Amino acid sequence: MDHSKKDSNTKRLIRVSRRNVIKGLGAASALTASGLVPGAMRYAQAQSSAPIKIGFQAHLTGIGAAYGRWYQRTTLAAVKLINDTGGIGGRPIELVTEDDGTDPKRGAEVVEKFATEHKVDFVFGTLFSHVVVGSAPTAGQLKMPYFVVSEGYHVASGKLNRYVFQPGITDVRSQVISMAPWVAGNLGKKVAMIFPDYAFGHDHRDFFTKAIAAQGGEAIKHIPVPATETSYTRYFAQIPAETEVIYHVMVGPGVLTFVKEMGEHFGSKRPQIFGFIDSLEAVDMASPGLEFLDGTYFWEAFPRYAQKDQSAFDKFYRQAVGVNENGAAVDDPKDVSTYSHMFGCWETLYVIKAAVEQSGYRSATPKDKAALIESVEAMTDFAESNEHPQGAKKFNGQLHQVFAHQSISKVEGGRLNVVHRTAIEDGMYEPEADYRTQSL
Amino acid sequence: MSFGPHLLLALLEGTVTAFVLALTALGLSLVFGVMRIVNVAHGEFFMLGAVLAWAFSSLVPGMPALGFLLALVGSALVVGTVAIAADRLILRRLNYAPEATIVATIGLLYIIQQVVLTVYGPNAHPVVPPINFRVVFPWFGYSGYKLVVIGASAALLGATWYTLTRTRLGLIMRATQFDRETAQSFGIPVDRVYSAVFALGAMLAAVAGVLIVPIQQAHYLMGLDPLLLSFIVVILGGLGNLRGTVMAAFVIGLSDGVISVFFSATLAKIIATLFVALVLVVRREGLFGEKAR
Amino acid sequence: MTGATPRRDWLLHLAVIALLFGVQFVLPAYHYSNVSKIMVMASFAIGYNILIGYTGLLSLGHAMFFAAGLYGAGLTVHHLGFDPLSGFLAGLLAALCLSVAIGLVALRTAGVSFMIVTLMFAQAGYLLTLYFGEFTRGDEGFVLKENLLRVVVGDTGFNLIDPAARYNLALLLFTVCLLGSLVLVRSAVGRVLIAVRENEQRTAMLGYNAFLYKLLALVISGTMSGAAGATYALLFTYVGATFAAIQYSILPLLWVLLGGAGTTLGPLLGTLLMFYLVDVSSGQTSSYMLLVGAALIILVLWAPKGILGTLREKRIPWLP
Repeated sequence: MDHSKKDSNTKRLIRVSRRNVIKGLGAASALTASGLVPGAMRYAQAQSSAPIKIGFQAHLTGIGAAYGRWYQRTTLAAVKLINDTGGIGGRPIELVTEDDGTDPKRGAEVVEKFATEHKVDFVFGTLFSHVVVGSAPTAGQLKMPYFVVSEGYHVASGKLNRYVFQPGITDVRSQVISMAPWVAGNLGKKVAMIFPDYAFGHDHRDFFTKAIAAQGGEAIKHIPVPATETSYTRYFAQIPAETEVIYHVMVGPGVLTFVKEMGEHFGSKRPQIFGFIDSLEAVDMASPGLEFLDGTYFWEAFPRYAQKDQSAFDKFYRQAVGVNENGAAVDDPKDVSTYSHMFGCWETLYVIKAAVEQSGYRSATPKDKAALIESVEAMTDFAESNEHPQGAKKFNGQLHQVFAHQSISKVEGGRLNVVHRTAIEDGMYEPEADYRTQSL
Repeated sequence: MSFGPHLLLALLEGTVTAFVLALTALGLSLVFGVMRIVNVAHGEFFMLGAVLAWAFSSLVPGMPALGFLLALVGSALVVGTVAIAADRLILRRLNYAPEATIVATIGLLYIIQQVVLTVYGPNAHPVVPPINFRVVFPWFGYSGYKLVVIGASAALLGATWYTLTRTRLGLIMRATQFDRETAQSFGIPVDRVYSAVFALGAMLAAVAGVLIVPIQQAHYLMGLDPLLLSFIVVILGGLGNLRGTVMAAFVIGLSDGVISVFFSATLAKIIATLFVALVLVVRREGLFGEKAR
Repeated sequence: MTGATPRRDWLLHLAVIALLFGVQFVLPAYHYSNVSKIMVMASFAIGYNILIGYTGLLSLGHAMFFAAGLYGAGLTVHHLGFDPLSGFLAGLLAALCLSVAIGLVALRTAGVSFMIVTLMFAQAGYLLTLYFGEFTRGDEGFVLKENLLRVVVGDTGFNLIDPAARYNLALLLFTVCLLGSLVLVRSAVGRVLIAVRENEQRTAMLGYNAFLYKLLALVISGTMSGAAGATYALLFTYVGATFAAIQYSILPLLWVLLGGAGTTLGPLLGTLLMFYLVDVSSGQTSSYMLLVGAALIILVLWAPKGILGTLREKRIPWLP
């Protein structure tokens, strides 16, 4: 981080000149930049050799820190890989990381700092919805392309602005509605929903209730849990006796308690249980108390445990990030990743790379930025590949939002085994916005 | 679930909350009462206890009961040491001035939190309960360990009670609380009493953290809630009034649970919060406090 | 109170304001925007200081007043299409009403009970912003659209989010709050407030209605905090429940105690220092709050009455 300051000075010195030697970037990227690496040759003539600076807005402290660490690892792995294989159009990525403390006010300040102090080309990587919504206006006002990896229904709702994109991970609305047909068809039609009593939980409540009704089912009970709650047992008392499926989504450090207490409450006489893996991201499935989850189902964006039909891309991605076949760190099997979210960082960086290369983006001028944004908006399909290891995706340029396959996994012997994979279309909905009508 | 069992469940949960809260708040109340300072870092001692419990119990994998006992003693000792160091190095130099102490303990809060984040990491870690059984009621099952928590907290509360009212140490503490200058002139080493009280308060919080961790997991941000609740309980119980503190812990622990039987949960929390605030307004010396001297 | 010529402190305050006005022409873009934000937050701290510094009442719930202004302005502009000035007035009115109501109830308590009662009211307020998620979008919050923030003056107009407009409006708010607090503490009313802080019973015996004076202080304090909240919503366009949470009750306390409670310029100094402490240390290490914590302890050991409070004690006795 401290050499970023040096580099910002360096960048000021070398801004457009092509002949300069870049300091502090390592020999490999210098080779790339000077065009000695064959793969980079074809870009080297057209582009300035200065690095592309990307600001990484990271939740390294505060409530998002468990996710933030894995977002950082994934991002560093992707940046290293991109730089080792010729960079973006022959230019290496220089990553500048700033912690936002998972706070929306500080988040906005960090975006500002990226734009005016570090003078980055793009900002990327934000996870928590309130930080995204708090930072997005600043990005829009400073005309800073802002790529978030948040899964919130904020970009796609049209409430943000033309500079904000979510091209690496599906939004919660899409995830939720794609689950309804399978839940109604396989688990039951009378659903009791337990969710946190704030925006994230309300999105689940509203979208799933409609989606399950469309399948002939019914959300027979809504059980909102207040934000400040640390103990959940008494909420289980509100689950009606005729419930066929419990739908749960909890976030934060209390989630393990939630699952455990659910187990103690029901014992073996339980309804079917379907939950969102958000509850157990970064949590070891072998944790005490989780035995109870055996036989229950989870939504996963990207299966944490390597499946029998694991794609070569998943294998490649795991190896690059340093994640083993159980979704934990290779060097510490107790350190479980946030596998269903962090791939979004990886894929987003490749979307940025593609956009820069397609649009001929050179520097942070209004013209280049406009071209970049228009070329992201023109994207439609991402093929399953090393760049998009989670699977094929459809990008909606009107909504600035990507749509993907989702998985439903069953817990069996402390492992999550995929039992169903949705079609991308299952998660599509009628767009409510069109960012392309906003001026740049 | 019908009304009766629902209420029973709410009462059970409320009792567990109340006991753990009573332990934590008793520590704060003691510090408040004797030293006349607001320790904003009190919740961090609770958190530190929980995190250390995880560390100690992972020293002896596969033996949860031994790990738990080790954690109970070890966490208390470590946290007590940290508290004594904080008292000697910081609070004493500030001469326990109220405003300066608040800023200093906010600083301490950040330091403890960040050290834990750096060393322990941001993930929540579970700890295996020392005793694991499920109590089956006709309508629902309940964690046996939670009943253990009730018993252990009650025993610890009793021990603290005994120490404060029946031993020489307790007498010295009460004397210091009553009148610092007079105590000093009677040869009581007030400085050392302050260190002891601060350490004891922190250790009570740490032990509460150890007890709660098999239920809640250790996480570096878990200290805020117990801090706020303890504050409320201590004031509601009457400043420095230990019996009042324990009784107030029950009012808080039970009211939230029982009101939630009748209202939606967030609304219940709002109502319970306003209710307690209004109780304080009506009886400004606290529910169980005597009129201010 | 120490026999200072009133002119000297007025000159000092006007010089600070002139300095803030002047630096906008030389500040680099990042710091330009930071100082805009700092002035708004410092206004919040000035409001807080009136209560803690000059009346001796320690509130742990000022986030509710800030949030009342924030939501009062944010919701009316966002949902009802108020123009920015009406939105600001709505925020101001919301904070005014809330502080009168809270004052009438909470001021029946004193000391630590007052701390807890304000804390609990603020906690209830925070939960309310989540409970009414339909309008507030709870924790996630909402953004005020740029086109709602245009102010028309005669034939021309400007947008509140234009950096220069933002800076100077923040400066205007800060100027009003700072000079307002100076006028207040130099006035007869201010002297009664300080008397209440020093000895409430004696003040009452002298025939002053201490309750009314405390209520007045709380209402001024809460309304100023609300004005800062409304300004924050309108200039920085984000409204979210984070601002109603406990940490935004503790922050002004920290800023004021750091700069010096009971000094008019302390809130600005504390806010400024704390901002740059976080900003600079977060660039050096990922556990920057550790440095912040250490800095707080060092500062408080070295200057237990806050920076300006200690300066006043040792060097500049006339500092208001």
